[in-house]
Amino acid sequence: MSAAAEPVGLVARILPFSAVDGPGNRAVVFLQGCDFDCSYCHNPETRAACSGCGACLAACPAGALADSGAGLPPRWDQARCRDCGACAAACALGSSPRARRLSVGELLGEIERYRPFLRGITVSGGECTLQPDFLAALLEASRARGLPGLVDTNGGSPLAARPRILAAAEGFMLDVKAWDPAEHRALTGADNAPVLENLRFLAGRGALFEVRTVLALRGGGPGGGETGGAQEGAFDLEGTVRETARVLARAGSRARYRLIRYRPYGVRAARAATLAEPDPALAERLAELARREGAAEVFVS
Amino acid sequence: MDPVLDTIRDTTLTYRQKVSALARLGEERSAPLRISPALQALRDAGIVCDLNEGPAPYRPRYILPDYAAYLRRGSAFLRVEPPKDLLEAIFALLGIYRHVPSITGYPVWIGDLDALLEPFVEADPAALGPDGELSPSADKAVRLFMEQIDRDNPDSFCHADLGPRSTAVGRAILRHQRGAGRAVPNLSLRYDPAVTPDAFAEAAAACALETAKPSFANHPRFEAEFAALGLAPYAIASCYNGLPIGGGSLTLVRLNLARLAGRALPAPTGAAADLGAFLAGPLAEAVAATLAYIDERCRFLLGESGFFASSFLASEGLVSRSRFTAMFGLVGLAELANALAGAAPGSADRFGRGGAADEIGQRVLAGIDRLVAAHRVPGLEAAGGRALLHAQVGIDSDSGVSPGCRVPIGEEPPLHEQLLRSAPLHAPFVAGAGDVFAFEPTAKSNPGQIVDAVKGFFASGGRYFSCYAADSDVVRVTGYLVKRSEVEKLRRGEAVANGATVLGKGAFDNLRVLDRAVRK
Repeated sequence: MSAAAEPVGLVARILPFSAVDGPGNRAVVFLQGCDFDCSYCHNPETRAACSGCGACLAACPAGALADSGAGLPPRWDQARCRDCGACAAACALGSSPRARRLSVGELLGEIERYRPFLRGITVSGGECTLQPDFLAALLEASRARGLPGLVDTNGGSPLAARPRILAAAEGFMLDVKAWDPAEHRALTGADNAPVLENLRFLAGRGALFEVRTVLALRGGGPGGGETGGAQEGAFDLEGTVRETARVLARAGSRARYRLIRYRPYGVRAARAATLAEPDPALAERLAELARREGAAEVFVS
Repeated sequence: MDPVLDTIRDTTLTYRQKVSALARLGEERSAPLRISPALQALRDAGIVCDLNEGPAPYRPRYILPDYAAYLRRGSAFLRVEPPKDLLEAIFALLGIYRHVPSITGYPVWIGDLDALLEPFVEADPAALGPDGELSPSADKAVRLFMEQIDRDNPDSFCHADLGPRSTAVGRAILRHQRGAGRAVPNLSLRYDPAVTPDAFAEAAAACALETAKPSFANHPRFEAEFAALGLAPYAIASCYNGLPIGGGSLTLVRLNLARLAGRALPAPTGAAADLGAFLAGPLAEAVAATLAYIDERCRFLLGESGFFASSFLASEGLVSRSRFTAMFGLVGLAELANALAGAAPGSADRFGRGGAADEIGQRVLAGIDRLVAAHRVPGLEAAGGRALLHAQVGIDSDSGVSPGCRVPIGEEPPLHEQLLRSAPLHAPFVAGAGDVFAFEPTAKSNPGQIVDAVKGFFASGGRYFSCYAADSDVVRVTGYLVKRSEVEKLRRGEAVANGATVLGKGAFDNLRVLDRAVRK
């Protein structure tokens, strides 16, 4: 490695303890910035980077934000913050002024206290692969401290082109949001060709720890909502689950396939109105389908 | 009102529960203990309490027979020959349990079951399958053994130990417990990260999420402490009481620190100045009174009760006088620390938040530890006569009193903070201290999470860790287990076999047990 300065990342949040982001207890690092715009995103404030416009300064009821001037993001006083979300609500970009620029060393220093309780870290987002150099450096340094790292990605960036990340990561968690390209675009605003390419590539390498599909129905607007089935315009959940499970089975992947029932918590109101929750029976039927297609382990959550 | 007739007519009691209650009423006709007026005043104020041990003790409170010696030698008194195979060993054990006295009439410790039975499995080629697990017939014998324990001992303080090694018997017990939904026996895994394989620990965690057991005991810590006291080997009995095998504890008297808080001087000049006066005044007096009560109960048990002269457990060497200790329990550290710190509800100084009350709690605990360690119980041989500290879990009638050194329910910090702050508080409690955590049902898909939390907790000094999933029918009340469905039966006025269900109902109502923070 060259003598270049230690990479710095834009970090949305650090969760020192999580049981739902990989095996065992893990610290989760959420990086700021995402190139997908998913309707069911439950932390939309991690998508855009702060522009430094200052619109959030007056919105903070706790006095936790101070003007940095010169169009820079505000200074955030973590001790004063009440975590109320008023700043993100006031942001025209839907961003958060609370993302911090941290070096790899600073970041790992913040979770050091919890190391006896941790099996590893999980780097999530936002979309963590949009900061590839920082991500690779973080994975390498964390592993050197005895905390191997999982990468939780939307799959939008081809990982075959990222050998350093591939070498440093313990494994990958990938979302397959829809198999049909038009449906994927409607849900996320993005093309799913790189996602499916990543699915095949990572499954073939045995590098997938988990694949997830959010089970959401197309909503009928406020007060509406479907109950599943093959209505005009409904999402083809069956097709997505079946094709994903087939790829895993063909590759002999040991990855867990998690089907997540959509819930509206934290979802932007305007977007939540476009979706509806599936009933548990539908989720179980889809899980059974994935098992029949040969997925190694299937969970509904 | 005639308590005897009231007991006889009570339709919520089973026959055994009535016999036990009537025996207690008989015991209360005698008052052989010498209790000073000062101690009696503290008892009347609920500050010192013998936890239903009775006014004329005729058996040690906690008895941990040396079952391994019993299986090696058999028993002339019970006319049991040394067992030669698994089935004989199981019947020998089932045959002795009802002869092990306690406060409830049911044994509080039924053995380190996997260690006791595994040698019989290893000696019998037919007991193990090709996969290293029990053969179908051996597996069935172990399943029926566990079911019979539950039927014979409807009492949640009946405790068995597993580990630290992974054995075919231990794995079978966990497998059967998972599906069974039984509150009895209470179970501990004596966990040693250097000896216990992760797979066995994860099987234990998965079982705990479904049935609230086993709990995890910090085996290296307990083992080293009991060895240093000359009391190894130890086991976990009753709720989570660490005690010597082949002995136990004569008595458990507890000091209610929450009730004592009212005797602290008002703190206009700052809590720290008053803390010294409190430690040297009301606290030292209450500790001395608690120790005096322990002394008196031990005097009667050792010198007058005749237990050691008459019990076959003693004459056959399954327990020995020199391995019985005495336990000094305490509850309500949180409430006392909050009162001394002047920490109002919601303040950052509250106990468990890492502020002033935590520091005061540590100092109070250190003060009690010094006073108890300096005292010698006359006639008590174990540990040179030193009483052992125990973070008592409370009784059903407690209200506004947190168990031992726990953070009050409803004020729990995030899991990782609670584990880090709680671990050092466990240190002085050689005879047991534990925390209980309720988890989201989704934790069942990741039992490794529980094992990781336990590893970190024990590496930080924690002693004992219990958990269950929030949707489990079997719930850990404070240290013991009850079934929610049985509590509901009791509410409808029906009799239930397990006497501890009555205590659980009281604790559900008074201690807000079902309101524990649910961890994600």
